[in-house]
Amino acid sequence: MNEITSLSLFELIKNIKEKKISSNEVAKSFIDRSEKSKKLNAYVTENFENCLKLSKEFDNKPNFDLKLPGIPIAVKDLFCTNEVRTTAGSNILNNFVPSYESTVTQNIWNEGGILLGKLNCDEFAMGSSNETSFFGNVQNPIAKDLVPGGSSGGSSSALAANLTPVTIGTDTGGSIRQPASFTGTVGLKPTYGSCSRYGIVAFASSLDQAGPMSKDVKDSSILLEVISSFDKKDSTSIDFQRNNYSSELTRNIKGIKIGIPKEYRVDGMPGEIEILWKKGIEYAKDCGAEIIDISLPHTSYALPTYYIVAPAEASSNLARYDGVKYGLRSSGESLIDMYEKTRSEGFGEEVKRRIMIGTYVLSSGYYDAYYLKAQKVRQLIKKDFDEAYNKVDAILTPSTPSSAFKIGEKSNDPVSMYLNDIFTVPVNLAGLPGISIPAGTDKNNYPLGLQIIGKPFDEQTVLNIAYSMEEKINYKNNITDWWME
Amino acid sequence: MDGIMSKNNPEYLIERNDNIYEVVIGLEVHAQVTSNSKLFSSSSTKFGAEPNTQVSLVDAAFPGMLPVINEYCVKQAIKTGIGLKAKINNKSVFDRKNYFYADLPQGYQISQYKYPIVGEGNIILDMPEGQKQVGIERLHLEQDAGKSIHDVDPSNTLVDLNRSGVALMEIVSKPDLRSPDEVNAYIKKLRSIMRYLGTCDGNMQEGSLRADVNVSVRIKGSTDLGTRCEIKNVNSIKFMQMAIIYEASRQVDLLEEGEEIDQETRLFDTKKNETRSMRSKEDAHDYRYFPDPDLLPLEITDDFIDQLKSEIPELPDDKKKRFIDEFKISPYEATILVSDIDTAKYFEEVVAKMGKNRDMKLAVNWITGELFAVLNNKNIEIAQSPISAKNLAKLINLIKNGTISGKIAKTIFELMLDGDIDPQIIVEEKGLKQQSDPKALEALIDKIINDNREKAIEYKQGKEKLFGFFVGQAMKASGGKANPQLINQILKKKL
Repeated sequence: MNEITSLSLFELIKNIKEKKISSNEVAKSFIDRSEKSKKLNAYVTENFENCLKLSKEFDNKPNFDLKLPGIPIAVKDLFCTNEVRTTAGSNILNNFVPSYESTVTQNIWNEGGILLGKLNCDEFAMGSSNETSFFGNVQNPIAKDLVPGGSSGGSSSALAANLTPVTIGTDTGGSIRQPASFTGTVGLKPTYGSCSRYGIVAFASSLDQAGPMSKDVKDSSILLEVISSFDKKDSTSIDFQRNNYSSELTRNIKGIKIGIPKEYRVDGMPGEIEILWKKGIEYAKDCGAEIIDISLPHTSYALPTYYIVAPAEASSNLARYDGVKYGLRSSGESLIDMYEKTRSEGFGEEVKRRIMIGTYVLSSGYYDAYYLKAQKVRQLIKKDFDEAYNKVDAILTPSTPSSAFKIGEKSNDPVSMYLNDIFTVPVNLAGLPGISIPAGTDKNNYPLGLQIIGKPFDEQTVLNIAYSMEEKINYKNNITDWWME
Repeated sequence: MDGIMSKNNPEYLIERNDNIYEVVIGLEVHAQVTSNSKLFSSSSTKFGAEPNTQVSLVDAAFPGMLPVINEYCVKQAIKTGIGLKAKINNKSVFDRKNYFYADLPQGYQISQYKYPIVGEGNIILDMPEGQKQVGIERLHLEQDAGKSIHDVDPSNTLVDLNRSGVALMEIVSKPDLRSPDEVNAYIKKLRSIMRYLGTCDGNMQEGSLRADVNVSVRIKGSTDLGTRCEIKNVNSIKFMQMAIIYEASRQVDLLEEGEEIDQETRLFDTKKNETRSMRSKEDAHDYRYFPDPDLLPLEITDDFIDQLKSEIPELPDDKKKRFIDEFKISPYEATILVSDIDTAKYFEEVVAKMGKNRDMKLAVNWITGELFAVLNNKNIEIAQSPISAKNLAKLINLIKNGTISGKIAKTIFELMLDGDIDPQIIVEEKGLKQQSDPKALEALIDKIINDNREKAIEYKQGKEKLFGFFVGQAMKASGGKANPQLINQILKKKL
């Protein structure tokens, strides 16, 4: 039975459609493995009983025309799920149970998916190691006491450990791609406006984007097809012609032009990342792609720009957690006292730090120097990509400047932590699609990922390149189940 | 009549010692947009519902909820802009105004800061001394907050979010107003324009129209603006005027004592009739405005604006001009009739129903005289008038064609109030038709002269005031129905 959990989403769907296995058997297998994997701390809220019930209902009345027929799926705890607790990894929403469903998760249930549980994440998605979660650290199944990346760390851990066949995360500055890279899995951040933000707990509205995380590229294409939709409830959702990503998936990328940006060679980058990147370039050539050197001159400004824009928006987005309407309320002598106590007790250190930064950069007297300047630089970064895309169809970079690090190694050094996002944030600032695929390992045998960045709305090309390179790379995670008794 | 100044303007000036001060006033009017649903959600905006029954997840700022602009509210704002002869901006931006308060669920108000939907325009005020043009600085759309209720529970503040997210237009005037009377005229005119357009019902009791009043004073003749104080959230014209009078006097007192005026936000205490400091400039909120990333900039095409322009009804200024030209009534009368859209509608309906042989003078007098008196007494609006325009027109026509006298008409008018009765029916049922048969009246007068021979002789000898006696006798004998003009003619002849 345990074999079921190591199947890809594509294989699971095939087996269910061919009636070789039932939805209930699949649910039981993932739940059973999840029960034995509590040490990973991947789940915040389990939905196991309900999942079993719904899988039985599916089996009694199966609909094999659906894209995710009876497939159990655990999701990041940033997606609001009707009647199921949604915490965003924060104490302030510890007991919050929404009466509504996010558009992205609703799309999954509409296609036959069944909620398995809610996965741990950095508090309000602010973090790169899942260490800021109120619900504790998450273990990377690759090795003990290794971070799974963040903020979608529960998602990457559960996925790599085969606790869920696929999952969805959100990516504001790399929160899908970096944890995918740290766990030897695939993570795609779609074009801004592709997936609705309705019902996703907001971090930084102009950057947040939901996306699929999976064990291989094909599975991401299946899941993207389900979750990407135009939604009138999100004014920033874009009504564009979406591909049938999975059926249009091809390994034929002959003649595709892939750019290599020279600015992504950063000081202090480990040699193994450089080597990985070079190998990636060779793989791409083997697939028939044409490699072209390009320049993205404003790359070095991306990280500081991101750490102004994102906290600014967050400081405002998180103002609603004030103890008045829902979530945690600490008692106070007066309204102001209640606010102060609620927010002091409800938010963790990293969230407070970013609220402070965001409040500062928006303050009168500082707005022009920080926020406005950052917005201008953001336009320049976008322009860099626009110009590059006159010459190339996609861009290849490393996903992260290093492999996964130990729990606690960087938690007292925020700047070093922020540097994790150096290759991923420009993609969010420009609103582009980007995917991380596993491409090799470092000296410790920890996974390393390569990132493919595409043109706006051109997820198909990104997926095709990834699909093609994936075959050449032929990466396999070596998971020992060390956390099980 | 154009131009800022007019002759003979009785200025509002404050004299202290040897100094003469003038008052400079600017208004920020908050007008609730007439719309069934809120600015960014589909919740109802109906006034007076049970607390917290008209609140969506968006209005209560639940996690992950997003605002979606209500197109109807945008149209209403543009229409209002057109009514203010203002520039409609093709691109405007919604910003977040960040501050914490219990009745502000998002922790920010969505407003428009740098790029409002409507730019500069103007309003013409009809003052007794002549017309005055007041500049409009801008109009922008924003969300209203909820309501904090402090006086129901002894230890807690209760919050009602029904109003949270309701669309407001903030209409900012230039500092062009100079007196409480001008403020009165400005609010009334603005209200009138919006009621013509159907963009704001202007109901001040329900809070649909309220204003922040900026007041400063300066030595008459100076062109520099003094330091201003902002009096927050005043919800009646009377209170605005009282607040201005108090505040201007307070500022003059300070200046006369050689003190400086602090730029601050003040509250008007309606019970004590005074303004009090709420917060100084140093304590002013830093609202940390920035463009709302949940909303795209609002882009409006010229075609869209032109379409709305074609839907704009005739507005008070144009209507007034037409009434003067077409109906030959005085500017003063026209101003009264157009000031409220329902009055104008009523008047035009009376005119239409009077038909060819219409009498404008009678129509104006009956509406602004008898009818207004009744409405005032009953404290109702003309839309709820107990007498329909159709029946008032009939009554006027009965006077015009000599069927009844003006005096009898007043009696009939009283009877009509009870259920909008057709005056023709009253005339017939009560036999109130005017006696206009010359032969019958001659006979009647002959008899009166015969019965009062001595008085007739006195009259002929020069005691002219006895004429009135004979008129009175004739009217009495006819039961008040005799045509008074005929009586006069016949009496003159016979005596």
